[in-house]
Amino acid sequence: MNGLIQFISDNLQIIYILILAIFVGVEVIKNIPAVLHTPLMSGANALSGVVVIGAILVMLQSDPDDYFSLALGFIGVVLGIINVVGGFAVTGRMLQMFKKKN
Amino acid sequence: MSISLSIIYLIATIAFILGLKKLGHPATAKNGNLIAASGMALAIAATIFIHDLQIPTFIYILIGSALLLGSAIGGWMAVKVKMTKMPELVSLFNGFGGASAALIGLVEFSKNVDDKMQATTIVSGIIIGAITFSGSMIAWGKLNGSIKSVVSIPKYNTINNLFFLAIIAFAVFTVSTGASDQAIIFGLLGAGLVYGILFVLPIGGADMPVVISLLNSLTGIAAAITGILYSNMVMLVGGILVGSAGIILTIAMCKGMNRTLGAVIFGTFGGTDSVAGADKRLGSIKKTNPSDAAIMMNYANSVIIVPGYGLAVAQAQHVIHELEELLTEKGVDVKYAIHPVAGRMPGHMNVLLAESNVDYSLLVEMEDINSHFKNTDVVLVVGANDVVNPAAHNDPSSPIYGMPILDAENAKHIIVNKRTMNAGYAGIENELFYNSKTVMLFGDAKDALTDLVSELKNM
Repeated sequence: MNGLIQFISDNLQIIYILILAIFVGVEVIKNIPAVLHTPLMSGANALSGVVVIGAILVMLQSDPDDYFSLALGFIGVVLGIINVVGGFAVTGRMLQMFKKKN
Repeated sequence: MSISLSIIYLIATIAFILGLKKLGHPATAKNGNLIAASGMALAIAATIFIHDLQIPTFIYILIGSALLLGSAIGGWMAVKVKMTKMPELVSLFNGFGGASAALIGLVEFSKNVDDKMQATTIVSGIIIGAITFSGSMIAWGKLNGSIKSVVSIPKYNTINNLFFLAIIAFAVFTVSTGASDQAIIFGLLGAGLVYGILFVLPIGGADMPVVISLLNSLTGIAAAITGILYSNMVMLVGGILVGSAGIILTIAMCKGMNRTLGAVIFGTFGGTDSVAGADKRLGSIKKTNPSDAAIMMNYANSVIIVPGYGLAVAQAQHVIHELEELLTEKGVDVKYAIHPVAGRMPGHMNVLLAESNVDYSLLVEMEDINSHFKNTDVVLVVGANDVVNPAAHNDPSSPIYGMPILDAENAKHIIVNKRTMNAGYAGIENELFYNSKTVMLFGDAKDALTDLVSELKNM
């Protein structure tokens, strides 16, 4: 129990952000027309590629002769940025097609 | 962390929220995508350039080439993909994101792990990342047809769930004992990969969109966990946004199919056995030909088109648009009725029709169009089956009982285009086809619609 209280007080800021971000995510997505579900899923998918920043940090913080970290970091960056660039590009391509004719 | 980096991360975070918000409205969606993408570019650039570490040049070159290589591959895939293959691609990209999260965890574990908070984030990042990676790959394989088997081992779900509990126990053990052996972390990685496969393998094709959406949400959570590890706000907020938005989207999809999330994950819908009611005598069907069907539509006041995935498989989106324009010219009121799960993921049909320049104001959602069927002269069902099956309303023994459907049966006349009398994706008979108001127009959707168009042109 003391451990839990200690944990909460140590990470209070992160817990606040976590809870608020969960609500923002829910509110932002609520009541979205089904027309946009596919582009939205694809856009959110691109956004989850934000993990690429972690992979870049891994590479920046590696010792120059730590080939294990550099190699895994490299693959992480490649995979993460595929997720980001591919995701946004394909979402853009889909949305390009939604047009109203007059 | 320098204050300029924090400010840039703050701007990027706002861009993510704003972008996601704007993605939710047809008129602003394009801008939303651009805003989110710019926020991402900003955050990535700032991460590389703003820090006070001494970085040897060759590491910069490595990072730069990794970014270029990945961007080229991702961009190429995004340009090349056919719109019918969209769900596969999203699944594939999502798997890559998960793999990236798992790799980061591996590296961080090999360095010194200081406290339990760090160990928890690293271990959960690896497990969630591994599950999303292998799960997404299986989903990808199932969607493109290279993995066909629906596994049916007795007690499959029990074994699966026990395995999952074992992973959790293993993870808790690793964190609480402060174990730092590399073998343990590779064990956890392997267990996560295996669970991802076991988790997705038994799930039926019809439920696959829900799984992709769920895995998408999980990748977001993996990213957020990595954000906690580095105390990196943009990763934390970005990841959580995707995580919570993904869950909402997943639930919305489940509602569209009248399935609970639990039933998708723990149940076995898949539908390989013959279903109750299949041997019931349903009467006889009436066949028609393109010329009679064309006459019916030509003299109708209103026509509703119900497109299904079969339309996309036959690449008939353009022909159906031509048909719709032709009928509109002749003064017929034409609309498309879009079921929430038409296609292979929610909204997929809208994308496919938009690709062939159909005005999106003609695409009417289920709740809005259902009351109009009874005043409609002709409904044309193309390549759709389960979404117009009246069994969802009146056969409690049917697996789709309770699923919201398009009430096509209420129209005055129904034309159903199908290739054969085979059952639909859920493997259930459809009594709509045996309705006295229904006529069947057999044939490939593209050929049949092309014939319809040429008949109409001659009238």
